[in-house]
Amino acid sequence: MNAALAIIGFFFVVAVALALLARRGHEMSLEQWSLGGRGFGTIFVFLLMAGEIYTTFTFLGGSGWAYGRGAPALYILCYGAIAYCMSYFLLPVIWRYARDRRLVSQADFFVEKYESRALGILVAAVSVAALVPYLVLQLKGLGIIVSEASFGSVRPSVAVWAGAIALMVYVVISGVRGSAWTAALKDIMIFGVAVGIGIYLPLHYYGGYAEMFARIEAAKPGFLTLPDHGSSPTWFISTVLLSALGFYMWPQYFASVYTAKSEDVFRKNAMMLPLYQLVILFVFLTGFAAVLVVPGLTGSDTDLSLLRISRNTFGAPMLGLIGAAGLLTALVPGSMILISAATILAQNVYRPLSKGATDRTVSVLARALVPVIALVAVVLALRGGSAIVNLLLMGYNLVTQLFPAVVLSLFRRRVMTATGAFAGIVAGVSTVAYISLSGTSLATLLPWAPDAVKDLNVGIVALMMNVAVFALVTLATGRRHVSQQSAAAPLPLTSEQS
Amino acid sequence: MATSIAPFRLRKYHWLAVIPPIGMLAGVPFVNRVHTLVLGLPVLLSWIVGWVVLASACMALLYALDHRAAPEPGERQ
Repeated sequence: MNAALAIIGFFFVVAVALALLARRGHEMSLEQWSLGGRGFGTIFVFLLMAGEIYTTFTFLGGSGWAYGRGAPALYILCYGAIAYCMSYFLLPVIWRYARDRRLVSQADFFVEKYESRALGILVAAVSVAALVPYLVLQLKGLGIIVSEASFGSVRPSVAVWAGAIALMVYVVISGVRGSAWTAALKDIMIFGVAVGIGIYLPLHYYGGYAEMFARIEAAKPGFLTLPDHGSSPTWFISTVLLSALGFYMWPQYFASVYTAKSEDVFRKNAMMLPLYQLVILFVFLTGFAAVLVVPGLTGSDTDLSLLRISRNTFGAPMLGLIGAAGLLTALVPGSMILISAATILAQNVYRPLSKGATDRTVSVLARALVPVIALVAVVLALRGGSAIVNLLLMGYNLVTQLFPAVVLSLFRRRVMTATGAFAGIVAGVSTVAYISLSGTSLATLLPWAPDAVKDLNVGIVALMMNVAVFALVTLATGRRHVSQQSAAAPLPLTSEQS
Repeated sequence: MATSIAPFRLRKYHWLAVIPPIGMLAGVPFVNRVHTLVLGLPVLLSWIVGWVVLASACMALLYALDHRAAPEPGERQ
């Protein structure tokens, strides 16, 4: 057993122990298990949000994009900051509504706002279709990181199994408290490791940052600016905007809003999270440093750039720390995804379809579903083919389709109908699926359009379809529905209230 | 516990929140034409990093202004 593996193993054990300790002294109702009893203060919500947002995609994909594509990678640094500016206004409103109605999942928000359980089931289906591939991505990333950082002494499949089993155990036992405690360890580790190597590598290999970028520009002219076609400024701006709209629509982020104990938590986090976001800058610096140091990685192998340059540079102990940080970037978001997916299936699919389900059954079922979802993810991670890749590419665009229905429900008076929301989401999601599977872009849809239009992110078409159908169906069904609904009592979400 | 979900009052200074997104993105086509380095980073990268820091500053300013404008009882702790 080498030193790197020993360090990774040590942090693995510490993370699982922390997660299990987090349970102490808490009765595990569904509200406790998936929302920490709505008692988290600024620091815990910060840890959770930072913990979920910086996933293996940020760590491996961020450096991989900088290495493989150059300037277009910078979009990853932009959309978070814009989403945080929105969060200052959006999250307190969502939080207050969720607290007053005792909502436990994102789909609950739609059920209550639009008074439609069918809409809840649709949102649940969209959520799970986006969440499961995202979990698979975390597990795959975990396998790559542990295997590379241990110099190949652990096979990826072994690491995937070990990670998934640990997740199952601590998620079932501790729920979101376990995620929050491990996130504390993870956020500190990733900060130290990413900033540390991002500062060190350019100095070590190039003698400075300006020297590094000058040499990259000389070797690959235009690599550090956006091209005129393809990933042009138009593509960049439209992609950032779409990603910013979809940001808080991920069910696990949305649910982490419910864990807060006051709305002030979000206003404070809106100023802290952009600064933490700068970790990505250092991930980019590592990816850029790798361009001339470990050249020749192409396709999905660009994701290995951070680990390869680290292997060429550092000894086993440092590699162990990098591997441990990478492991935690998979476990923390993975645990939140598992909790969300299980909660949604139990609360928004099982409960409405079974008559007379008690809170207790739903709570037990949610935890029983955790191993099932984790096993599905392991199987897909180990033998998933191109279908899973397609779903992954769709994930962000899928959850973005929930944005119009959330925002248009925030008015004091209901302006849109449940039927409209349902039809809009179906239209948007179908468009996303068609576009992704057929490889459509605006250039193929509108061959006569100017370049500025052709380079727009094609996700915009899906969002426009969504909003158009939402508006038309609302107009067609509006008057009757609104008058019925204003008289109706809110639907009970938990059996205590009914 | 309030049952209505009245959105908190929007004030003029809340426009501060739209400055970072617009500033960051509107500048992209222009700084993208420049091939020099600023603070050792390509212009596009230092532009974005600068706006991320400004986003945090704008949010901090908003927070301070909101706290001065009479917090609603029971809402802030």
